[in-house]
Amino acid sequence: MSFINYSSREINCKIVYYGPGLCGKTTNLQHIYNRTNPELKGKMISLETEAERTLFFDFLPLALGEIRGFKTRFHLYTVPGQVFYDASRKLILKGVDGVVFVADSQAERLEANLESLDNLHLNLAEQGHDLSSLPYVIQYNKRDLPNAAPMAEMQRLMNPNGVPEFEASAATGLGVFETLKSVARLVLQELRDASR
Amino acid sequence: MRDLPFVMYDEDQRQILAIVERLVRDANAKGIFIVDRNGQLIVEAGEMHGVDTTSLASLAASCVAATGSLAQIVGEEDFPVHFHQGRRDNLHITLVGTSFILIVVFDERSSLGLVRLRVKKASAALAKAFEDMAKRAERAPASPTNSPFSEITDEDIDNLFST
Ligand SMILES: Nc1nc2c(ncn2[C@@H]2O[C@H](COP(=O)(O)OP(=O)(O)OP(=O)(O)O)[C@@H](O)[C@H]2O)c(=O)[nH]1
Ligand SMILES: [Mg+2]
Repeated sequence: MSFINYSSREINCKIVYYGPGLCGKTTNLQHIYNRTNPELKGKMISLETEAERTLFFDFLPLALGEIRGFKTRFHLYTVPGQVFYDASRKLILKGVDGVVFVADSQAERLEANLESLDNLHLNLAEQGHDLSSLPYVIQYNKRDLPNAAPMAEMQRLMNPNGVPEFEASAATGLGVFETLKSVARLVLQELRDASR
Repeated sequence: MRDLPFVMYDEDQRQILAIVERLVRDANAKGIFIVDRNGQLIVEAGEMHGVDTTSLASLAASCVAATGSLAQIVGEEDFPVHFHQGRRDNLHITLVGTSFILIVVFDERSSLGLVRLRVKKASAALAKAFEDMAKRAERAPASPTNSPFSEITDEDIDNLFST
């Protein structure tokens, strides 16, 4: 749920990066953090295990600039991808304005991607949301790996509705900002359409 | 399907800030923050200038969300009051209504008893203020005439990303 503060002339939106364990959600946020000017970003918080797996979430506040005199801020969150952290994923999805599904392109992770996508549908439905009416984009990550599945197959399995999709290699940063911009754009368009 | 944006006007901010500033004095608090359950900072008061309020708001909301889920697992509806005791500073967290979180930071100049007592009183006033806020939002729903966002162009959006 976006928050419009007329008093401080700010608007805040929440974007959640979802996807199976180790697909590269945290790596996306780290890249954004590393490549953003200090005055445009807040502290990145990572609640993680000793093995650097996300335990609860990563959080990165970004300020994009002004739109019609309002400071536009995006709060980026990642969920923990490991299957047994489902209770935490549900909490993080609350109040979401836009979703990035990060898929792991490695052929042996296809099943894990589909499971996570199902889980996303289910958890959104519990909150009365639906991917078809929510700003939503897909990122095919780890395209750099030799065992990456063919794009056509991933698209067929994961993007039957043809939402915006991006090939990425978060470890080098390829496709990371394109993904973010695309979902941010959809969120702002939604905000506009909702106030018409 | 999406929730409507949550809107706060100047009048809301003033009303809530007045209650919170009084609570700072009455409870001898170092700082008081009101955060919504999605982790957005609503108002702050007190002497804790320079703390990272964005992180504070997000972490407090997550903490309340996690504890709320724990409550349900053990058969409670929620845990409406949380208290974290530190060596110097303490954190007193209360749920206000269904959507807001009141965070009081205090040290040895105050006490848990005093904070509890004053928070109880202020909570009622805050709940009332939030009700008023919801009513105002209902009376003036976002429309092309009063929402700056109805006029956003694709160009405005592009400009955000040009830097
Ligand atoms: N080769 C390659 N490795 C990547 C890429 N993106 C992420 N990785 C690596 O994959 C591993 C897992 O990345 P994370 O970002 O921690 O994964 P996550 O999705 O946050 O995982 P959870 O927190 O468990 O849900 C790390 O070792 C990354 O360096 C990529 O595009 N290419
Ligand atoms: Mg992670």
